[in-house]
Amino acid sequence: MSVVTVQLGQCGNQVGQQLLHSLLCDAQDGQRKELCTASRERFFHQDIHGELVARAVLIDMEPKVINQSISRAARSGMWRYGETSHFSQKQGSGNNWANGFCVHGPAHREVVEELVRREVERCDRLSGLLAMMSVAGGTGSGVGTYVTQCLRDVYPKSFILNHLTWPYGTGEVIVQNYNSVLTLAHLYKLSDAILVHENDTVHQICSQLLNIKHISFADVNSVIAHQLGSVLQPALTADSQGAYSRNPLGELVSALCCHPEFKLLSVSSIPQVPLASMAYSSFSWPSLLKHLRQMLISNSKMEEGIDWTVRPPAAAERSRSLTAGSFNTSLANVLILRGKDVYSAETGGFEDPALYSSWLSPQEAFSVWKSPVHFNKYEKSATLVSNSQALLRPLDSMVGGAWNMFASRAYIHQYTKFGISEEDFLDSFSSLEQVISSYKQLC
Amino acid sequence: MTQSVVVQVGQCGNQVGCRFWDLALREHAHVNKKGLYDEALSSFFRNVDSRKCDGEAHFVGGRIQHLKARAVLVDMEEGVVNEILHGPLREMFDSTQLLTDVSGSGNNWAVGHMTYGSAYREQIVDKLRKAAEHCDCLQCFFLIHSMGGGTGSGLGTKVLSLLEEEFPEVCRIVTSIYPSAEDDVVTSPYNSILAMRELTEHADCVLPVENQSLVDIVKKIKHISDSGKPGTVIRRESAVISGQGGLIGAEKPFDAMNNIVANLLLNITSSARFEGSLNMDLNEIAMNLVPFPRLHYLVPSLTPLYTLADVSVPSRRLDQMFSDAFSKEHQLIRADPKHSLYLACALMVRGNVQVSDLRRNIERLKPSLPFVSWNQEGWKTGLCSVPPVGHSHSLLALANNTCVKTTFMELRERFTKLYRKKAHLHHYLHVEGMEQSHFSEALSSLSSLIEEYQQLDATKGRFMPDAPRLRIAR
Repeated sequence: MSVVTVQLGQCGNQVGQQLLHSLLCDAQDGQRKELCTASRERFFHQDIHGELVARAVLIDMEPKVINQSISRAARSGMWRYGETSHFSQKQGSGNNWANGFCVHGPAHREVVEELVRREVERCDRLSGLLAMMSVAGGTGSGVGTYVTQCLRDVYPKSFILNHLTWPYGTGEVIVQNYNSVLTLAHLYKLSDAILVHENDTVHQICSQLLNIKHISFADVNSVIAHQLGSVLQPALTADSQGAYSRNPLGELVSALCCHPEFKLLSVSSIPQVPLASMAYSSFSWPSLLKHLRQMLISNSKMEEGIDWTVRPPAAAERSRSLTAGSFNTSLANVLILRGKDVYSAETGGFEDPALYSSWLSPQEAFSVWKSPVHFNKYEKSATLVSNSQALLRPLDSMVGGAWNMFASRAYIHQYTKFGISEEDFLDSFSSLEQVISSYKQLC
Repeated sequence: MTQSVVVQVGQCGNQVGCRFWDLALREHAHVNKKGLYDEALSSFFRNVDSRKCDGEAHFVGGRIQHLKARAVLVDMEEGVVNEILHGPLREMFDSTQLLTDVSGSGNNWAVGHMTYGSAYREQIVDKLRKAAEHCDCLQCFFLIHSMGGGTGSGLGTKVLSLLEEEFPEVCRIVTSIYPSAEDDVVTSPYNSILAMRELTEHADCVLPVENQSLVDIVKKIKHISDSGKPGTVIRRESAVISGQGGLIGAEKPFDAMNNIVANLLLNITSSARFEGSLNMDLNEIAMNLVPFPRLHYLVPSLTPLYTLADVSVPSRRLDQMFSDAFSKEHQLIRADPKHSLYLACALMVRGNVQVSDLRRNIERLKPSLPFVSWNQEGWKTGLCSVPPVGHSHSLLALANNTCVKTTFMELRERFTKLYRKKAHLHHYLHVEGMEQSHFSEALSSLSSLIEEYQQLDATKGRFMPDAPRLRIAR
């Protein structure tokens, strides 16, 4: 079953191109016929010349980035984007969510729906839609939200997973908090699951783990592509009965998002080492899993600098507060293991009820996916997709920053002139406060 | 890719504009080696086949035939425009883009705004419309003028209000040259304040530039290059004051200063013209830097001012470039933003700079820069991969900072000195359509603007508690 990727805005298009590229490079690495077939089928189709064409639609309000992504893909010689699978305009959204959502989105609705429809119809069976965007700008956030709304209308029974890139805390865009709040509040009602990468976290991985001195967006994007790829590359799940799963998005959503109030997913991956060191590194499943478990409960995204003093609270101590201890309660987790000796990996540590909230049993809260084939040159790798309190702090500070700005009514005139009212802002704020409150009280 | 139209009004406006076109050609020639009419060129130039009498424009991708600037030149005297038309840039402008008269405005805002404004209204709108029609997707009007004279100030602001009327959707970015205190035009304070009101009401963004700052920067560069110390030889074409490599040969007096302003315009539009890892379009500038509609005065600063020619001297560190952008000496108005309050700040970087360098420097400089309480993270950043000619990287900082209030207050003082005595007032009131109320209204508009900046300033350093958040009923 296939996944149609919708790349929105500069970030969505840059990350999307790298994601597809790393998925294909991995699939074609060495002798792994079954994985290769499954992966190619999932993300690409073959044209009449036998060339691989991505099942993807590229959307942006200005043409530079789309042109770059298309030419990068073509240069690889391994795959390309469909010739007519993109849509761009001449002028961007000006970092203005309202401009994206109220003006550009509706203006180009039909064209975009048509492009997606063509890709969907090419799939034998649609597994779901993956929308990729950032939340800080105007197109990814505003047009992206509008497009998600349209997709929800047109494909009410399909799974829609939104992959969001959250900006650096110290601004890339001054009104990023407004754009983020408006996006998240709307997406929460439309999306099945929201998978988040934060620029700050990925940047740290680049500098501390990968030892990159001058970090560029290309480096950041390739880490995101690696982590996301390790989730989306085919794997064997409990439901797939010995073959590669044909319903990745559906299984991810049903394993992790059992409650409409809890849709925020974070990703951690281990190991992450520079390519140059890989030849000298050896990994063991017990060590990898031990680190990953501690990363989960201490809310650390890297295997360095983990706080080993954080422990799950005893049953009696469970309290509902953001600040009490730094233990990260999970609602549900999916652990994805890839590589050598994967069947010998002991995952019992993740089934400890103390890790989870009280209303799901660990058997319901925890799933494991495995693949005996390694991913992206790592002999063994483990990725954890979590629905937990991990994103609570960044979400809280995003909403807090936006609220402070809103209290002074700064920049509001820029939004109201395109049709967003103060009421709409207030609605978005209350929705997100609700989400924050729910996650805070998770225990 | 979008297009922009430059509207240059008055002597100063046209001289600066002329330098801008010269440097723009130089920049594109440097980057565009194949002679193809690419998207970057099309943002400021049309490609025309001059053999055909209609001069039909060619599409992007073909060879360059004949470049015409997307510009409208307005002056009520013929001198400056004639000079342009007899100089090496004459081929870039055709007669439909020009509007001139003979007698000038006599340094009188009222003559420029009221008399010429109404007499030439139709013609101006017509020429603007023609320029707009040649654009596929017009994003922005750049207005260049001075505040102290009659034409640039008076007619220039009339053009601004016409732009708002006829093209409300298109962004208006105004570069205004403010007179220094020793300006030789006695009535420059009157002209400036009357023009200020128009800028506050009709512009999307204003980039104020003070003559005195330009003079200081030119002096500084000349001092370095003349000092004769080893390792201080500047690469000629790299200095922000230099027109080296452009078409126009010998440098004239105001050329050095005008080149700085021309470079400012080139850098502002660089991310819209060339590619980069973090693009910044022109409409993003207004969106991010203007939190309240009237407070749209953005203080520009350009670094580096030059690169050293001697390659054995280690090139200035990247970090020094960032520090310099916030120093008093690099601001284009005489103000010290570090000691006032930042409402927002944009950093437009060109050249071989990565996002990590940008972040590191922001982290480093943030503690010493006071930001308003609700915009502590108020940074807008853009990375363009193409550096300016002669440099490996450069930085343009645009700050929405309360330090502009000092400039305005000084202006107001000079105004009041004259106005109290009603000096020269009759020259203005004699002009049809001009009344005393224009003066008092302009003054009160400026005073309330200063007051708004004052109020924000008052919050500086004061601890502002976070606004109490919405509570959710459980």
